[in-house]
Amino acid sequence: MRGRKSTDWLFHLYMALFLLFMLLPLVVMGGAAFNNSRFPSVYPWVGFTDRWFVDLWQDDRMWVAFRNTILVALAVVALAVPIGTAAAILINSLSGKLRSTLYGIMVAPILTPGAVIGISTLLFWNKFSVPAGLHLSTLGQASYISAFVMLLVLARLQSFDRDLEEAALDLGASHAQVIRRVLLPHLYPAIGAAAAIAFFQSVENFNTTLFTRGTYDTLTVYVFSRVRSGITPTINALALILISITMVAVVWYEIARRHAARRLERLPGAD
Amino acid sequence: MNELLRRYGAPLSGLFVLLTAFWLLVLVILPYVYLFENSFRPYLPMVDVGGPKDVYSFDNYLTFFQSPIHIHVFFWTILYSSFVTVLCFCIAYPLAYYLSKVAKSSVVPSLFLLLMIPLWVSEILRSFAWFIILSFKGPLNYGLLGLGIISEPIRWLSGFRSIIVGLVYTYVLFMLFPLYNAIQSLDTNQIEAAQDLGAPWWRTHWRVILPHAKPGIASGAVMVFMLSAGSILVPTLLASTNSRWFTEIIQQWMFESQDWNTGSAYAFLLLLLCTVFVSVVMRIFRVRLSDIAK
Repeated sequence: MRGRKSTDWLFHLYMALFLLFMLLPLVVMGGAAFNNSRFPSVYPWVGFTDRWFVDLWQDDRMWVAFRNTILVALAVVALAVPIGTAAAILINSLSGKLRSTLYGIMVAPILTPGAVIGISTLLFWNKFSVPAGLHLSTLGQASYISAFVMLLVLARLQSFDRDLEEAALDLGASHAQVIRRVLLPHLYPAIGAAAAIAFFQSVENFNTTLFTRGTYDTLTVYVFSRVRSGITPTINALALILISITMVAVVWYEIARRHAARRLERLPGAD
Repeated sequence: MNELLRRYGAPLSGLFVLLTAFWLLVLVILPYVYLFENSFRPYLPMVDVGGPKDVYSFDNYLTFFQSPIHIHVFFWTILYSSFVTVLCFCIAYPLAYYLSKVAKSSVVPSLFLLLMIPLWVSEILRSFAWFIILSFKGPLNYGLLGLGIISEPIRWLSGFRSIIVGLVYTYVLFMLFPLYNAIQSLDTNQIEAAQDLGAPWWRTHWRVILPHAKPGIASGAVMVFMLSAGSILVPTLLASTNSRWFTEIIQQWMFESQDWNTGSAYAFLLLLLCTVFVSVVMRIFRVRLSDIAK
C-alpha cells in the first residue's frame, strides 16, 4: 500500500458525496411512503401514516402482478441456469475460431437493448401464432439471462482442475458420475450465485417484458402504469418493501461470500 | 469437441449441445432474423398477409429517413447517450481509483455493500425516485425555495437535463464496477515507480493507469451507452414531450399504431446503432469482445 497523502481527504469527501447521491434518492422515495400526503414527497411532512401500506395490501392488481413476477422469475431460473451451465461447459471444451464465434453470439444478447430482444421475441413467436404473454416474457428474458449464467459458470470453470475428471474416469467412474460427483460440486457456488442473479434480473426486467407481456402485469409494469396514471404513495410503500428485500438479499449475499472466503483461507496449504 | 465426448459421453454431450443450440437458435438468432425479415415487409391487414401485396421493400426504413422528426430524435438519442457515457466515466474514474488504490482495504467491502443496494434496486424504482425528487412540488424545489436559492419552483421534468440526471444515476455503477476491476488488477508498484521517477500525478494517470484500465473503460462505455440508448423508463418518466427518446418512437409504432413492421425496422436501427458502437469501441480501445463481456 502506498503512503497516505494530503489529497486523500478529497477522495474521501468525493466518495461520501457519491454514496449520498446514490442512496439519498432511495431514502427520499422510501420515506415518502410514510408521509400522509396525496402526492409522494417527504417535504413538507404532513404526518405519519401507514395507510399507503394498507392500500397496497388491498390492491388486487398488485397481488396478481406480484404472483406473475414470481412465476416468470422461477421459470427464467429453471430455463436459464441449465442452458447457461451447459453452454459454459460446451464452450470451455472448445478452442480457436469456433470458440470465439460462439462466445460472440452468446454475449450478444447482453449487449442488445431489452426493447429489441422483446420485439424480436414477439415477432418470432407470432410467426407460429403464439400470442404475447408471460411465456414470451420468460423466453425473452431467458435469452439474455442465460448469458449471465454462462459467464459466471465459465469463470468458475477456469479454476477447475481437469485432471480430477481424468482421475475419476481412470478409476472407472461413469460419465454421469463425473458430472455429478466431480464437475457439478465444483460449480455449485457459481450456479447458486447465477440462480440468484437470474432471479433478480428477471424480477427487475422491464424493457423486454413490456413488449412481450400481452395483457399481463408484472411488478415493474404495474409500477410503471401506476406512475403514469396519477401516482399515489402506495407505489412508495411498494418501493420501500422492495428496497428492504434488496438490502436483506445484498447483506445475505455478502455474508455468504465472506464466509466462503474465510473458509478458503483456513484450508490447509492456502496461505 | 472430442474432448467433450471423451469426458462426458455421447448422451450428456448431446444434451449440452442441444441446450446451447436451443438457446442460440430459438431464443437469439432466429428472433433476430425474423426481426430483420419483418422490417422489410409492409404492414397489412390479416387477410392480405401472404397475398400479392406482401412483398419485400425498403418502405419501413424510408418512413424513418423521410421523417425529419424521427431522424432528429435518433441523433439526439445518440448524442445524449454518448454524453451520459462520458459523464459516467468522469464521475466513476476517480471513484474506481479511490476504491482500488487509495481506500483502506478494510473499508472497501463495506463501501461495495452500500453501492450494491442501488445496483440491485430495479431501474423503475430508481427512475421513480428521481421523478419524486424533481417533480414540481417535490423535495428539491421545496428545499431550494426554503434555502432561498430560488424564488420560484423550477419545472425540472422537462427537456433533456432530467433525462441526463436519471440516466447517470441509473447507469453510473455499470461504469464503476468494470473500471474498478481493471484498475484493481494494476500492480501498485507500477504507480509508485512512475511517481518515484518524477512523473506528475496527471501523467501517472495518463500513461500508466488509464492504458491499463482500457478494457474496463470499453466495457463500461458499451454497457452505459447501450442501456442509455435503449432506456424506456427514464425518458418516459423523467421527461416531457419536448425531449423524446428513440425508444419512445419504437413504442409508438408497436402499441399506438400497432404497426409491428415499421416498429421492427426502427428496433433494427437501434440494434444497428448499438452494434456499431460496440465495434467502434473495440477498435478504439483495441480490446476483444471477451474483454468487454466479463
